[in-house]
Formats: sequence, structure tokens, C-alpha cells
Amino acid sequence: MTSEQTTTKTAFWEGYRDCAPFILVAAPFGLMFGVAATELGLSLIQTMTMTVLVIAGAAQFTALILLEEHAPTLIILATALAVNLRMAMYSAALVPYLGKARGRTKLLLAYFNVDQTFGVASVRLPLEMQWTVAQRSAYFIGGGLAITPFWILFTYLGAAFGAAIPPEFSLDFAMPICFIAIIAPALRTLPHVLAAVTSVVAALTLSWIPFSLGLLIAAAIAMLVGAQAELWLERRKR
Amino acid sequence: MTLDQTQIWIVIAGMAFGTFFIRWSFLGLLGDRELPQWALRHLRYTAVAILPGLIAPLILWPSATGGEPDPARLLAALVAFGMGMWRKSALWAIFSGLTTLYAVQYLLG
Repeated sequence: MTSEQTTTKTAFWEGYRDCAPFILVAAPFGLMFGVAATELGLSLIQTMTMTVLVIAGAAQFTALILLEEHAPTLIILATALAVNLRMAMYSAALVPYLGKARGRTKLLLAYFNVDQTFGVASVRLPLEMQWTVAQRSAYFIGGGLAITPFWILFTYLGAAFGAAIPPEFSLDFAMPICFIAIIAPALRTLPHVLAAVTSVVAALTLSWIPFSLGLLIAAAIAMLVGAQAELWLERRKR
Repeated sequence: MTLDQTQIWIVIAGMAFGTFFIRWSFLGLLGDRELPQWALRHLRYTAVAILPGLIAPLILWPSATGGEPDPARLLAALVAFGMGMWRKSALWAIFSGLTTLYAVQYLLG
């Protein structure tokens, strides 16, 4: 074995180790998604197909809620994909480090480009500029392989055994709690807080608009508010 | 309540394809092009702009209680939110929220 291969292997396990703590976050979300999906009436096959192919908790919960509201298919897709648009930002941010990887490797990198792997890699990769593209890819894929199997396994456990949990446990509320768990830690700055408040107020005010379109309009307004607040704060600093 | 099976499969396929494309976009297709500042500024807020509006009605008028506001659920949401913001941790939010929900439900019988 050449030293090149050895270090690629090392990079893989470094990525695995750096992302491993986030298994603790992925597992409960996976479990809750499995429970919520079967509660809503998705079959085990449907639940697992979605969880394996999409690996994005917030967007998956979004789709469940809108399916339950009988929203039109196009609105469901537009809203769920809008929740995932932030990942285009991740994709762009990874180009300087992984843009030279082979085409097939990039498919795998894209598949594993989730909140946690990106968050971890965006801290570590800039510190390891001497790594080859192969080592960087191995690091990223190592992180993905740490988290994703647990995400899938716990979704399965939730979907398979969730039905056995009696209604006294109010698992209908697992979904709102999960969303709160995603949103609350994300409210790091004043613009984030303002965007979130606008989202709630506008969504409730516009809920009369048919086809669940009110939510998308509320989201657009909230995004504008966040961006404008950021601009305003920047100007004030100068 | 029955769901339209065809709709579910279309949603799954559309989300799978769309999400993968978003994740792959710059890495695989657009390459070293910089996202303009204004785009980044809006993208930063996509998640916090959609998710709060999506769940607010579920917290205020839960379907499990027939759409009536429920003290246990309201309190659980508040505690989860407070802990999540204070500890900056999703785990804290989930566990404190569920604990509050069960505790209040138990106390109120």
C-alpha cells in the first residue's frame, strides 16, 4: 500500500470521527420522521424510499404536513424544495475544495451534502489545504457514511414500531417539536429572528389563500425581511 | 383520511430528484461561479422563513385535539423553543419539549 492510499484512508476515518457526534442529532429526527410518516398513512416502502433518497429532515416533514393538508402536488414540491435551497449555497461553498473531484465521485459527494457533513467539512477543509482532492473527498464521504446509515436505521425503527406506541404519548406533536428543534438553534442573529417572526405572522394572516399558497408567499416576505435586516445592520456598522 | 398514492410517489420522486440536483448544482455543473451577494443574503434565510410559518398553526390549533388550543402542547412548544435557543441544541429542544408535554398531560390528568 502506498502512502497516498494510507492517507486517503486516514482522511476517511477523520471525516467519520468528526461527524460521528451528529449521529445523536440525526437519530432522533429519523425516528420521529418514521413515526410521523406512518402515522400519516405512508407505507413502510414509501417512508424508506423518501428517507434514503432525500435525507433532509426538515423538507421531509414539510412534505408530510402539506400532504395532510391535501395541498396540490406542485405546491408541496415547491415548498419542500425551497426548504432545501440552502444546500445550493453549500454546493457552491464546496467548489474550491472538491470541484476538481471526478464526476462520479461528485455524485456521491452531492448525495452526502447534508447540513451536518457540510457544517463539519466547511470548518476542517480550509485547515487542511495540503490534502489532495482524493483525501478531501474521502473526508467528506467518511462524514456522510457516519451519519446516513443511522438516519436510515432510525427512520426504519420509527416507521416499523411507531404504530405500536399508544395515542397517550401524543406523537402527533413529535413533528412540531422536531421543527422547533431545527429552528430555535438557527436563530443566531437579529435578521434570523425577524425572518422567523415575519414567517409566523404572515403565514397565519395569509392562511385563507387556497392551495396552501399562503405559506410560500409568507416565506418570500420573510426572506426579504431577513435579507433587508441584514443589509440595514451592515450599513449601521459602518 | 386516505392519501392519494400517486401523489405520494410523485412527491417522493420530485423531492429526491430536486434535492439531489440542488446538492449537486455548483459542485457538478456550475463549477467555480460565485453566487452573487444578494442571492447569498436571501438563501441564508430560506429555512427560518418557511419552517416557523409551517408549524405555527400545528402548535396553536393541533388536529389531535380537534383544532382546540391545548395547554400541554403550547407549554411544550414554548419550553422546547426556549431550551433550543438557550442551549443552541436540537437535542435539548426535543427532550425538554417532550418531557414538558408528558409532565403537563400527567398533571392535568
